[in-house]
Amino acid sequence: MKAISLALVASSFLSLAAAHAGPSDGKVKIAVMNDMSGPYAESTGMGSVEAVRMAIEEAGGKVAGSPIELIFADHQNKPDVASAIANKWIDTEQVDVIVDVPNSAAALAVQDIAKRKNRVLLVSGGGTAQLTGASCSPTTAQWTYDTYALSQGMGTVGLQKLGDSWFFLTVDYAFGHALEKDLSDVLKANGGKILGAVRHPLNASDFSSYLLQAQGSKAKVIALANAGGDTANAIKQAQEFGIPQGGQTLASLLMFPTDIHALGLKSAQDLVFMDGWDPNRDAESRAFAKAFIDRTGRMPSMIQVGSYSAVRHYLKAIETAGTDDAPAVMAKMREAPINDAFAKGGRLRADGRMVHDMYLMQVKKITESTGPWDYSKVLSVIPGDHAFRPIEQGGCPIVR
Amino acid sequence: MSTPSPTNLAPAPATYGVVGSNPGVILGIVAVGALLVAPFAVYPVFLMKVMCFALFASAFNLMLGYTGLLSFGHAMFFGGSAYICAHAVKVMGFTPEFGLLAGVTFAAVVGFIVGLLAIRRQGIYFAMVTLALAQMFFFFCLQVRFTGGEDGLQAVPRRAFFGIIDITKDMNLYYVVLAIYVSGFLVIYRAIHSPFGQVLKAIRENEPRAISLGYRVNQYKLVAFVLSAALAGLAGSAKVLVFQLASLTDVAWQMSGEAVLMTLVGGMGTIFGPVVGAAVIVTMQNYLAGLGEWVLVIQGVIFVAAVSLFRRGLVGELLAIARNYKK
Repeated sequence: MKAISLALVASSFLSLAAAHAGPSDGKVKIAVMNDMSGPYAESTGMGSVEAVRMAIEEAGGKVAGSPIELIFADHQNKPDVASAIANKWIDTEQVDVIVDVPNSAAALAVQDIAKRKNRVLLVSGGGTAQLTGASCSPTTAQWTYDTYALSQGMGTVGLQKLGDSWFFLTVDYAFGHALEKDLSDVLKANGGKILGAVRHPLNASDFSSYLLQAQGSKAKVIALANAGGDTANAIKQAQEFGIPQGGQTLASLLMFPTDIHALGLKSAQDLVFMDGWDPNRDAESRAFAKAFIDRTGRMPSMIQVGSYSAVRHYLKAIETAGTDDAPAVMAKMREAPINDAFAKGGRLRADGRMVHDMYLMQVKKITESTGPWDYSKVLSVIPGDHAFRPIEQGGCPIVR
Repeated sequence: MSTPSPTNLAPAPATYGVVGSNPGVILGIVAVGALLVAPFAVYPVFLMKVMCFALFASAFNLMLGYTGLLSFGHAMFFGGSAYICAHAVKVMGFTPEFGLLAGVTFAAVVGFIVGLLAIRRQGIYFAMVTLALAQMFFFFCLQVRFTGGEDGLQAVPRRAFFGIIDITKDMNLYYVVLAIYVSGFLVIYRAIHSPFGQVLKAIRENEPRAISLGYRVNQYKLVAFVLSAALAGLAGSAKVLVFQLASLTDVAWQMSGEAVLMTLVGGMGTIFGPVVGAAVIVTMQNYLAGLGEWVLVIQGVIFVAAVSLFRRGLVGELLAIARNYKK
């Protein structure tokens, strides 16, 4: 009798051990979800898929003895499509990790699903700081940037480097208002002066009256609290009004290499922006940029490099943990520092924030640029601990 | 008051789009039977999404297909109701059935106000008035706090339906959504096959003649508009229960466009057309998502093909073939 129960106990332990002997279902399935046809298609899109493929190739296509599979989908910037795809991936296709997810509404929707169904979510494209704040999850990592880091960096280091009087050109809806409020709070706290703000409607085509007000304010910096086509139009028209030549600096919180490429250096030169990745940081980052350009014909955005870095770190964590069970992998990901083409000495916090250096960048002048895709130079490096929101301020319930 | 008795219209020969009541009813019963067992074969979340959009498109079709009014503002009712339902359930702690009720009531009230303004005009002017009002509503949602801007309202809890049905399980929720869908669909079916529906068709075919017969066409149009808005709202609120979120996508003009697309692909003025159209479009959005940037291109090609090859829509063409065969 005793022997039988011992045998039972032993066999149950054995089966437990077997369950932990490698990734479940004999493979690790990575799923990239982002915008492949809309406004974020250039900065995320198939470029992120390619970056993740590079991380998988680097691992040799295998992790902990199991093959790695890569799938992807276009969420078309619709949160319900994102939600339906995420549910389907997890329930019927044994997806282990979802990567990228730009568009905050889509990212928050997918985070909620991944949290409930206990899967890893590596956010690179999604920028809302709420992902690691009020709605944080033990299985989510936000890798590349967030709205807090963008305004914090611009409001402190940007203030020192560019001048103390600012004027806002803000797109008139919640996103623009939030951007303006966050940045002006930081500016005021550090002794900056806000000389004024002007609101423009979404998808405005004529910025002349707004730009003239900005010019008339004599502010040293004109901050563009808008996005996409609005930012591009504002920059082009500011150039036509000779605003940069008049000694005022244009500052935008987000700017991707493909945006600068589309604008052309003639329009974009001297623009100051925030970035999470410097392609010229060292040999490793330069090598990655070169490899990526060879494969896709364009410079990767910080979001694409962030997707690469997140997946690379995730695969390493599976290797050490010997399982693809979400909490175990997340624990290993938090233990190891992140050193790769994207970040040096990065670390993943309990609230899901990956802390790494941020950069205040400036678009090079035509005369400074040495060739295609050599568009930006670092004005200042903002150390991770200074750039990102302190863990206790985010209001994340799992670290309280 | 002195509306002529509609009985003289009731026995009129069925206009195109209705196969005659018997085959339609049989088809309906078969469809419901198939839907009852479908979640065991197809992923339930996907089916729920199809049903929500099928109800939305059917509500839209009530205006376009049966009253002849192209509304380009139905996202306002769909998304507005979604926001109200999500807010009521998430922030105010409503149970889902009262959340649905709040959403539908909101949609009906907004439908009444918009309807009062819009039905004074016809054709392109009607479409433009509804589009303009819907855009106003979109920018309102973009600006106000409670909608959460572009973050949307997320993680709406799935509380027990009627206090007893645990809808956190997708399977249970599926049958709740199926019940909502079938009741919404039956309301539309009943409305179309009633004397009221006959009057709507009469207005569609020849409005001056309907007026000369003594019908107060504006009242009929207004009732149809409110009914259509309320049902679009029901679809929007049901979608909140499924996806646990309400976002700007639901109120954007593209959503109104999707209702048009679904109705035209499926077959305008047929009872099952919008359902088929919704299934086709939602399937493309979800199952082609893996093709990356090609989704929109393929969707466009299919739309062009549908419009140029099947003028009457998929169901409309099938009905035409069936009619020819009978002859």
